[in-house]
Amino acid sequence: MDDCITLTYAVEGGDLTHAGEASSGVKQALRKLGLDPSVIRRVSVCMYEGEINMVIHANGGTARVDVGLDDITITLTDTGPGIPDIEKAMQAGFTTAADSVRDLGFGAGMGLPNMKKYSDEMKVESVLGVGTTVTMVIRIE
Amino acid sequence: MTVQGLIDAIPLSVFHLDDPDRPVEGGYCGDLLSWVMGRAPAGGAWLTIMSNVNVAAVAALADTACVVLAEGVTPDPPLLEKARAQGITLLGTDLSVYDCAVRLGGLIEA
Repeated sequence: MDDCITLTYAVEGGDLTHAGEASSGVKQALRKLGLDPSVIRRVSVCMYEGEINMVIHANGGTARVDVGLDDITITLTDTGPGIPDIEKAMQAGFTTAADSVRDLGFGAGMGLPNMKKYSDEMKVESVLGVGTTVTMVIRIE
Repeated sequence: MTVQGLIDAIPLSVFHLDDPDRPVEGGYCGDLLSWVMGRAPAGGAWLTIMSNVNVAAVAALADTACVVLAEGVTPDPPLLEKARAQGITLLGTDLSVYDCAVRLGGLIEA
């Protein structure tokens, strides 16, 4: 894939107040590139869910977005606790989020399933005690 | 029907009004933000009882025409601040989500 643009963001851990800043930045950048709104929406949802996961579970991380001619690749990397059972984590409704997170309208076990739903390819690599990397590819029609 | 048209007809209170002339082309009801962000239609009115700051991020992401806080809910101060900063129209009503949706539906169909 020939990359046209690479965007990188630091996602702060802690509270959810700042979650969405990276996805908002990507959205604006993709709009300027004139990409199809449905592609932008899918990228934004994947990014935002990923950001929320990193904030809630991993005390932040980094988000990298490679915009190519044919597809957009999102790579989310954190040095959090890792995911013990990825298959279980991918199940809709499975969650380990705290009640305080659920009160905010998140943490219903939809993050990873949403990311899978709105991307064309998704890979989750996780090592306990080391961290997690989620890679998602969204094709540009 | 424009945002201002809805404000006048339902009627709705205004916490922050960004673009009164923006057309409203549908609606969505939901409080689970992970659900809403993928499904609320762009250009629609989003009816919710959630009032935390993440509502602004989801509204921006979904590009809704306006957010309507139903059931007499008022925005948390950080939400109002973010709505102002990001140009998100934030409205309110004492109506239930259902009653507000019924009125919205009637107005948009008309």
